[in-house]
Formats: sequence, structure tokens, C-alpha cells
Amino acid sequence: MSALPLTPLTLQQRWSIFVVEAQTELLKTFRTPAFVIPSLLFPIMFYVFFGLLFNSAGSQAGNAAKYLMATYAVFGAIGPALFSFGVDVATDKDKGILSLKLVSPMPLSSYFAARILVAMIFALMIIMSLFAVGAIFGDVTMTRVQWGATLIAVLFGTLPFCAIGLFIGLSVSGKAAPAIVNLIYLPMAFLSGLWVPIHLFSSSMETLANVFPAYHLAQLALGIQGNSVGTAWYLHAAALLGYTIIFLALSARQFKRIDNRR
Amino acid sequence: MQANHSPLVKVNAVAKRFGDVSAVDDLSMTIHPNEVVALLGENGAGKTTTISILLGQQIPTSGEVSIFGHAPGHWAAKQQLGVMLQSAALPDNVTVKEQLRLFASYYPNSISVKEAVETAMLTQLERRKIQTLSGGQKQRLLFAMAIIGNPKLVILDEPTVGLDASARREFWKCIRSLAENGTSVLLTTHYLEEADALSDRIVVMSHGKKVAEGVPAEIKAKLGGKRIRFRTQDSLAIIAAVVPECEPQLRGDYTEIFSTSPESHLHALFTAGIGIQDLTLTGISLEDAFLQLTHANLNTQPINKDLTA
Repeated sequence: MSALPLTPLTLQQRWSIFVVEAQTELLKTFRTPAFVIPSLLFPIMFYVFFGLLFNSAGSQAGNAAKYLMATYAVFGAIGPALFSFGVDVATDKDKGILSLKLVSPMPLSSYFAARILVAMIFALMIIMSLFAVGAIFGDVTMTRVQWGATLIAVLFGTLPFCAIGLFIGLSVSGKAAPAIVNLIYLPMAFLSGLWVPIHLFSSSMETLANVFPAYHLAQLALGIQGNSVGTAWYLHAAALLGYTIIFLALSARQFKRIDNRR
Repeated sequence: MQANHSPLVKVNAVAKRFGDVSAVDDLSMTIHPNEVVALLGENGAGKTTTISILLGQQIPTSGEVSIFGHAPGHWAAKQQLGVMLQSAALPDNVTVKEQLRLFASYYPNSISVKEAVETAMLTQLERRKIQTLSGGQKQRLLFAMAIIGNPKLVILDEPTVGLDASARREFWKCIRSLAENGTSVLLTTHYLEEADALSDRIVVMSHGKKVAEGVPAEIKAKLGGKRIRFRTQDSLAIIAAVVPECEPQLRGDYTEIFSTSPESHLHALFTAGIGIQDLTLTGISLEDAFLQLTHANLNTQPINKDLTA
């Protein structure tokens, strides 16, 4: 036997593990068109119905389309984050894949970074499609900076939902996860004003919306185009950061309970 | 680099309790380089808990464990260790090659996918999606994932459970070719035959305790006995005089003896002119053998003895 140099993984090794992990995750995901196509079409279909067709009779053409383009971008982007973490992590955990990876030298950071990347690639595809539909069919006009800022805000705004998804994935079984994720995702989307503008709600419901992270992300995106309810952007950002930290901490606790005994 | 004679794994007086239940009790064992050790025991004997402790998934209640001189779960231990877990399954929608490439990336000194595939007898299957593999092939893929990091020690937790006889034989071949290359193996099993066929040393566990340890021949002599059962007119005392080491017992009309060499004992009985009717010869279950062994270790009489009084 030759003496093998034992060293902790270097940054370069971690990066290459991340690349292979991300490639494998992407291959796995995009080989499931039954997941990919509905995930992409759902928010666009909703946007076409409510943002374009429904509002084409409205007074200021373009503004409703612009408003709802932002909120449906949020709706479309947080879905893959919740599902990629919630459902996929639960499945990995149930099958023992996660245990096997945890006893291997795999750095946990690579595993999570790969999942975040998959969620973000999905989010990017959804946001870009909505932008295209909004610009072409909804006469949405924004400055280049506004387009770019909306994209970046929504893309990185998926992070708290990755954390929430992770907590769900570690807490429930793979069979229960899709139902639980939907139970959180869909009501939260509605109550945060992602489907119907928040100012059409009663004031008590508008106040209630503050407890949902999706509301804060939507307000952040709407603030860029000057359509938010008026709270300072950094308060929304702080709320999102808070959610991320809380659910990461909760997830860390759940993590310790994973092992290969069932 | 450790000297070749120092053990890779040291387990010293380890106990693990879950509430009131004692899963592992006062277990000590070592694994040396180039050695195949089988952890043999019934379900619930504490084998998987022992593995979990070695992997750092469970913290022992008391005792010390070191693996390559490190604490379980340390990165340096993980880099030199290949693992096949009992409950692990595989993702769908990924090919054999992609899955192996992924696991190869985790280890700094991994072998090539080609090499792993050859050792695990999966050539020709590299491009197949995992969901199209048979049970035996999936199990061998998990094995390939365990060895692709070029580990010094491979831990296999019940690797052949659920496999049919031919798939099990194929799996044994893989383990043998791994051991021939000088990799140490710790495998758990509840088949005496498997432990005997593969290992250099067997550690027998029952109810969380180590009840025996030795080379396969020794363990087989202790555990691999047969139950000889027959009816006879002759008294128990006469039979006991002919085959004193077999502890004859009366069970209703039948006389039962426990024998590790049934041929010679039957020969002795026939030669002594014992009239034997309704003869049956059955292998005893591992559980019965453990019972026998546990009692032998405690230097007490077998439980059934008082029935004969």
C-alpha cells in the first residue's frame, strides 16, 4: 500500500464535487418531464389568465400586467425551491441516500449548493418566460435596471424557501412531502397577494400577509417597479433573512435525527 | 501511515443504550489490515447499531471507538472508508456510470469507474438507468459505490439480504476479489454460511453482547451443529454413556442429541447397538445455536435439561 496523503477537502475539490453533484441533480430532474413541464407552465398559465386576459379590459393597460408579472415571478420561483428541497430531500432521506452520503466524505455544502442551483435554474427559466410573455403580450415596460433588479431579487429571494423546503423535507416522509408542500405553497401564495394584488384584500388580511415570507419577497419585487405598499425595502429583506435563519436552525436540529436505523 | 500490524478499527468496551433497551453491551473488537471480519448475529443482535457507532451516526453511551486512529465520523476516517448501508436505496433516473462518477468525486484517491464496475461485475451495465437493474445488480452497484473511493476498509451491513442464491454467490465473488486486493472488510450477516465463506474471523453477537469470536472453523464447530432425533428403547443414561459430549435429552417419546459431527456420533450409536427408529437429522437454527453458545459461555446447563429430570 502506498501512503496516501490525507488532507481535508480543498476549495477546488469542493467545487468539483459541487459541479458533479449539480450535473447529476440536473440530469435527474430534467429526465422527469412530468415534473419539469407543469412546474414551468403553471405560473405562466396563471399569469396569462389573470395578468393578461382578465386585465386587458382594465383602465391603465400595462400596469396590471407589470404588477402581476412580478408577483407571478415570485409564485413561479418559490415553487421549485420548496419542491426541490421539500420533496427531493424527503425522498433522499427515506431511501437512505442521504444517510449514505452523510457517511461518505461528501461535503454537505456541495449537496445543498447543488440543490440551490437546481432550484435557481428553474426559477430563472420561469422568470425569463414570464418576462418574455409580459413584455411581448402585456406591453410591460420597465428600465433595464428594473428588469435586472427584479430578476436578481426574485432569484435570490428563493433562498428562504429553500430553507423552509429543507425543514419540511427533513421533517416528513417522502410520501407526505408533496401534499405538505402544496398545503403551504398554495395558501401562502394566495394570502401573500401573488395571485390577486394585495390591496384588493381587506386591511386585516393585508396585515396578516406580513407573516408570510412570500409577501415580503413580492413587496421587494414590486418595490423595484414602484408598486409596493410602501414599507421600506430593507425591512422586507430583513424579514426574508430572518426566515432563512430560523428555518436553517430548525433544519439543523432535524438533521441530527437522521440515521440509517428505521 | 500506520504500521501494518496496528488495527484499523479499535472498539473498546462499547455500550449503547436506547432508554431502557441495551442495543450493544460491553463490545470490544478490532479489525486489522487485510482482514475480513464477519459480525454474525440474528436480527436485533446489535450489528447495525455497532456499524452506526463505527460510522459516527450513533454516539456510544460508554466505551471508546477509534477508526484509523480517528474518532468515528472524522473526515480522515470517512476518506478511508467505504460503506454499504442496510437500508440504502438508489435514486432513479440516473445511470450506473453517473452514480459512480458522483461517488468517485467525493473521495480524493478514487479508482476509475471502469475498475469499480469490473470488481462489482457490472460491466456492460454502465449506461443502464438504475431503475432497470435487478435486485442483485442494484446491490452490486451499492457495493461499487462503497469501493470506488479506494478505501482501506469497507463496511457492508447485511449486503446479501433479500438476494436469491445465485445473486448471493455473485456478490460473494465481488467481496472475495476486493479482499484479495488487500482491502479490509467488515460485514454483518445473519447467515453462518456467508460468514464462513467470506471471513477470516467471525464475531458472534447475541442480544448486544459478543458471545464468541474466532476463525470460521471454530465458530462453525460451535454453531454449525445438527439435531439428531430418534426413538429408542434404550435409556438416556446408556446413550449418554455412548455419546457423552452430545448432552442427550428426552422430548416426549423422542431422544434428542446435539452434535457437531453427526456422522461419527451416529456411527458410535449404531456400533454400540442402540436400537434407533424414526431417525431425523436437522440443522439447528442460528438462534438455537446462539442460545446454546450463550449458555455454554455462562457455564450453565442448557435450559431444556431440567425437562429430563
